[in-house]
Amino acid sequence: MFLPANRFPARIKSGPGFRRNMRREDALNETVRAVAPTPDIARDVIAVRRLSKSYGSGADAVDALRDIDFTVSDGEFMSIVGPSGCGKSTLLKILAGLMPASDGTALLNDVPITGPRKDIGVVFQSPVLFPWRNVLGNVLLPVDVQRLGRERMTARALELIALVGLSGFERRYPWELSGGMQQRVALVRALIHDPALLLMDEPFGALDALTREAMNAELQRIWLERRKTVLFVTHSTSEAVFLADRVLVMTPRPGRIADLLRIDFPRPRSIDIMTTEAFGAHVRRIRAGLNAGGALE
Amino acid sequence: MSGGPRSFVLRLVLILGVLAVWEAVVRLFSIPAFILPAPTSIFLALYRGFASALYIDHMWITLAETLMGFVLGSTLAFALGIAVALSRRVEYFLYPFIVMFQAMPKVALAPLIIIWFGLGLTSKVVSAALVAFFPLMVNTIVGLRSSEEDRVNLMRSLAATRGQIFWMLQLPNALPYIFAGLEIAMIFALIGAIVAEFVGAQSGLGMLMQSMNFTMDVAGQFSVLLILSVVGLLLNTIVTEVRRRVLFWDPSQKLDVVTPRKGGMP
Repeated sequence: MFLPANRFPARIKSGPGFRRNMRREDALNETVRAVAPTPDIARDVIAVRRLSKSYGSGADAVDALRDIDFTVSDGEFMSIVGPSGCGKSTLLKILAGLMPASDGTALLNDVPITGPRKDIGVVFQSPVLFPWRNVLGNVLLPVDVQRLGRERMTARALELIALVGLSGFERRYPWELSGGMQQRVALVRALIHDPALLLMDEPFGALDALTREAMNAELQRIWLERRKTVLFVTHSTSEAVFLADRVLVMTPRPGRIADLLRIDFPRPRSIDIMTTEAFGAHVRRIRAGLNAGGALE
Repeated sequence: MSGGPRSFVLRLVLILGVLAVWEAVVRLFSIPAFILPAPTSIFLALYRGFASALYIDHMWITLAETLMGFVLGSTLAFALGIAVALSRRVEYFLYPFIVMFQAMPKVALAPLIIIWFGLGLTSKVVSAALVAFFPLMVNTIVGLRSSEEDRVNLMRSLAATRGQIFWMLQLPNALPYIFAGLEIAMIFALIGAIVAEFVGAQSGLGMLMQSMNFTMDVAGQFSVLLILSVVGLLLNTIVTEVRRRVLFWDPSQKLDVVTPRKGGMP
């Protein structure tokens, strides 16, 4: 009943699957509609057009990404969900300017991303804190690199540290903190220079399940307060649905877009929402998308 | 088992016991002093040497040679290590020389160094510097190249320049390796200085041992050896103390790990 993986429409908006998905989305929305966000009229912070990436060349070339198309509007939270090897980390690296694309373009505020930029914040899977810097020093790393002035930015750093509940830990060193606390420091570090875009690459993947849930709730709270444009990569379907305005489903070999869902649950969402039927419907649809791409075989 | 006043006393008792057995064996079997002197005669030689200020003068000479050689060798090793680690071109052209010199026993160069730089202080400093050079250079290169990919990516994602990546990431990240190299370099510098003194010198503890050897003063030699090990221990303590303060953040600092030997033979 599903199309073979290699013929699955990569360009969601023009493929026949898009219309079918829209109907299902509408049906879902009737049950869960409350506060409808209006991202359609907002301008696009990210616009990815026919982006492809292959490693190697000639016969040995491996396609990591093929014909990726999507946009993220200002203040939107988008999750990208997919199994390992679907190229979602590659996609994030390209958007962070750490890696060139083989084909296609990625625009950030209408400017092509050709290299690292000062207006992007990245949170990696591991906290990547520098052990020779204390919490405040780690948070101020982007300030030091981009010469924004420590005097001016320290107040903002302290405010952000308080926002994630780490007041009193400013002078502590990374090894004195738990995994969850370290990842909060990494989040604050990614926000300190007020980036136009926050890229998160499975930021809670290394945490235990309970800490992860708490961090999800925490991230939502911070996002509601700061309204950053977020691209959040995860391999957890429930995490993707819980956090996002929209979920992009990717399938591997080569990495391509299998589905795009709008999640219209009102915010703030509580963790309990995960047990509702509507939430389960979203998760099932994501699984179906992954299945169609042969990701869950 | 380790630590605590009781084990400290036990340790002391053990050392005294070994000395007592040594003394007894020498006296019981009437071993000639030029083969194995009794501990008492070694301590007597030590006392006489210090009382006449002979040991102090020579010790200062050796210490000065060692420290100057250490500073010279470390500075060059650090600079060259950075150049090699940061530039593939420099590495490409220097690599054959590095490999050749690393495999060579540097102390074998001591006779040549004496011919080139004379019997004075200079030749000892050069010898010490040469022997101290390699462990630090190798560790500097390894340390600067050991930055985790994620950390480099983080710096790059912030649009950091190469200089910023070096100063804010690579250099602090390399410090544990650099200090391990400095620890070895300090001891190697002492070896380099002593060997050069053996080959030809007018003063220094190595020269003193050499002349004692000619007069069969084995007790004297033992006493100088004792001084040398104390000097070595002190020099090592200085480096580890500095390391402890600078590298308070290094997790391996908390474990009392034995520093790996790198940089080939002295």
